Amino acid sequence: MVAQADSMTTGFAASPPRARRRLPWITAAAVLVSALALVPLAFIIWIAIQTGWATTWALVVRPRVGELLVNTALLVLLTVPVCAVLSVALAWLTERTDLPGARLWSLLAVAPLAIPAFVHSYAWVTMLPGFHGLPAGVLISTIAYFPFLYLPVAASLRRLDPALEDAAASLGLGPARVFLRVVLPQLRLAVCGGSLLVGLHLLAEYGLFVFVRFDTFTTAIVDQFQSTFNGPAATMLAGVLVACCLALLAFEMLVRGEERYARVGSGAARLRPPSRLGRMTLPALALPLLVALLSLGVPLVVIARWLAAGGVAVWRIDEISLALGQTLFLALAGGLLATVAGIPIAWLSIRAPSKLQRMLEGLNYTVGALPGVVVALALVTITVTVMLPLYQTLVTILIAYALMFLPRAIISLRASIAQAPIELERAAAGLGRPPMRALWATTIRLSAPGAAAGMALAALGITNELTATQMLAPNGTRTLALAFWVYSGEIDYAAAAPYAAIMVVLSLPLTFLLYAQSKRMAGR
Amino acid sequence: MSFLDLTALTRSYGPVRALAGIDLAVEAGTRTAIVGPSGCGKTTLLRLIAGFEAPDSGRIMLDEQTMADGAAFVPAHKRGIGLVAQDGALFPHLSIADNIGFGMPRGEAGRTERVAELAYIVGLDKAILKRRPHELSGGQQQRVALARAMACKPRLMLLDEPFSALDTGLRSSMRKAVAELLENAGITTILVTHDQAEALSFADQVAVMREGAFSQVGTPRDLYLKPKNRMVAEFLGDAIVIPARIAGGFAQCSLGRIAVDSADRRDVARIMLRPEQVLLKRTSSEGMSGTPDMLFAEVTEMEFAGAVCTVAVRLLNNPDPPDAAAIGSTPLILKKPGIEAPAVGEVVRVSVAGTAHVLE
Repeated sequence: MVAQADSMTTGFAASPPRARRRLPWITAAAVLVSALALVPLAFIIWIAIQTGWATTWALVVRPRVGELLVNTALLVLLTVPVCAVLSVALAWLTERTDLPGARLWSLLAVAPLAIPAFVHSYAWVTMLPGFHGLPAGVLISTIAYFPFLYLPVAASLRRLDPALEDAAASLGLGPARVFLRVVLPQLRLAVCGGSLLVGLHLLAEYGLFVFVRFDTFTTAIVDQFQSTFNGPAATMLAGVLVACCLALLAFEMLVRGEERYARVGSGAARLRPPSRLGRMTLPALALPLLVALLSLGVPLVVIARWLAAGGVAVWRIDEISLALGQTLFLALAGGLLATVAGIPIAWLSIRAPSKLQRMLEGLNYTVGALPGVVVALALVTITVTVMLPLYQTLVTILIAYALMFLPRAIISLRASIAQAPIELERAAAGLGRPPMRALWATTIRLSAPGAAAGMALAALGITNELTATQMLAPNGTRTLALAFWVYSGEIDYAAAAPYAAIMVVLSLPLTFLLYAQSKRMAGR
Repeated sequence: MSFLDLTALTRSYGPVRALAGIDLAVEAGTRTAIVGPSGCGKTTLLRLIAGFEAPDSGRIMLDEQTMADGAAFVPAHKRGIGLVAQDGALFPHLSIADNIGFGMPRGEAGRTERVAELAYIVGLDKAILKRRPHELSGGQQQRVALARAMACKPRLMLLDEPFSALDTGLRSSMRKAVAELLENAGITTILVTHDQAEALSFADQVAVMREGAFSQVGTPRDLYLKPKNRMVAEFLGDAIVIPARIAGGFAQCSLGRIAVDSADRRDVARIMLRPEQVLLKRTSSEGMSGTPDMLFAEVTEMEFAGAVCTVAVRLLNNPDPPDAAAIGSTPLILKKPGIEAPAVGEVVRVSVAGTAHVLE
């Protein structure tokens, strides 16, 4: 008895130093990853300093930059509100009404994510060759990116406490005013977050806008890079682009405010009976139908038409299988790297939240918002000037992918680590498992599905990535996206079609995963 | 015609029959409580009255106007019925003042004063008006919800278990305050609850609900002392139910000859006593001798719980051996003041106060 008590006390005495030893190791890793993530930003500032104030000023303040600013501002200011209105309308129809086939429509509203934005663009341009400029940019980016808004808005609508709407009705408000004064204000967080995501994608997108001949900062940077390699002109454009991203982030923070929109009170929310559409059913069906036709019908039909036109000849199996193999390898390796790099930060944010950790997280969030073209430009210049052997190697492109898709990995990891409470690990330790085995048996087991989901999302991003791949991948690399891009650049649309089809097929399961995840997060 | 009249209301959700024919009359200015176990359909009934859902059949009349009858249906926002939900359902995006003023026309003169007045009436501090719902305690949230509902000057107030989320102490004081408040404002009120003590103390009229229908409707006192059946009796409080032979206004049972509340019944039936009607008096085994018509019992269990403790007694002698021998051996469970509770093994004299109620 005495001996037992003794061993217990020594056991307790021994455990705190061990825990203390483990924590700094993870913190160091988190700081290292965050420092790496800061490289692109530091690079721009470094170039600006090197270039000198006068030259920098001349490069930033010039008519071309003004032109691009106007283009980008118009694009964001038109597309984001259209996406927001469309998403709220679709989310309301699919979540809160008795619209026939609501589940199917809600799946179809997420499905456009499976089609890379530049494939959307390819479909529209080959169908309507005269369709270009701002209108084309707004329409195509709306149908390509609105699911980023639809997903959070639909999830919040599902989670809203119906008792609030009942309360408003009992206070004498008709259905329309209940929606305006009670439902809409509570969707604010979801609309803000989704709008930010759409806005950042608009700033980062390259292929979509090249097809419709609409110049944004990203297309201009790539043009500049291709003509003058890595001159300060491209870097300073990237600097303005980064400023735009930061402005967007700040604006979103401002609009979102510090409000709390959680359900006040306790108990489980009752399910709300759906609103009856009645005679409005048929007109209401027109909206999801139209959206599905534009966002899914057009690309799929166009791809099918080109495939039919190309026949068997376009299926050059050796070339396609090579591209597929390379894509899968890059996607999996990049996804894995992003996930591994994300573990320390995600771990800290759940298990040991601190000021440092919050700072690191804010930093990663901000850096994660930077367009791929900025990351690529930074890595090109750094490898060329400082570490030439690494230029256009697998290492560089994987690092670029990891930096770009780190936030996706962190979000999934955080959610899954949060689902594995520390108490379970302690319970396992209390049942006699040594610390590492306790960790393995509980936290790692439980968070594995979430980590896999995060990896899959990063892999999906890499599969459809164009800009960074173009600029950084080793010579001779030909991913699906690159092959598609090269063929459609040569106006060989039929030869590009198989690659588009394969990318869509590869993205479908992951898109479904995203859909299922959002359903689960909303508790259903 | 009463102020609120419900006639043969039914409502089903798929195969589940939530309401199976509800009739209820509520007089103006009174308080009615609908009490029943969870899942008995009481919330559905409240939602039908409020107008959030339409009945499958039946009629709802409020103040001689038809609210629902077949195809005719007045939606919730046109009924002028206030609602206080279980957790208050305050709008999280609005301040307390905006919550209270939510139903008032915007830009109405004297709106701020009216909000302050309502806050005062429900006992909220003025400083609270600028805060947000999540900064308030549960009791304060309920008060805000009440003020918000009263701001629209409702004809009828529905309370959907508004006190169940509160602490025990706060619950009874809130209940009392709300009852007084609504009484002073002259607002007819319907309270839905699963707490029988809450229903009995709050209302002028209580309806016991089970499986989508009312088992019994009446005053709290009637329901408690003269329940129709064993279910109602046991739902509203502890009950001692024993078989008896009834004749001439008296029941012959294991507790001896007890007066009953029905003079004309002559049969074998079950009678009900509330445990507080059974009185115990300390005595000793010597005291038992020579008193054949008196009833004695031995304390078999005693659970001390402060002010009130639970005592189990087993009858020692039985004036009516043939019929009730089996009953005599099951102990009576009584709640007694803790301060003079007998100890285990003590012998007590048992007597019955008041009359027993004959169950159907």
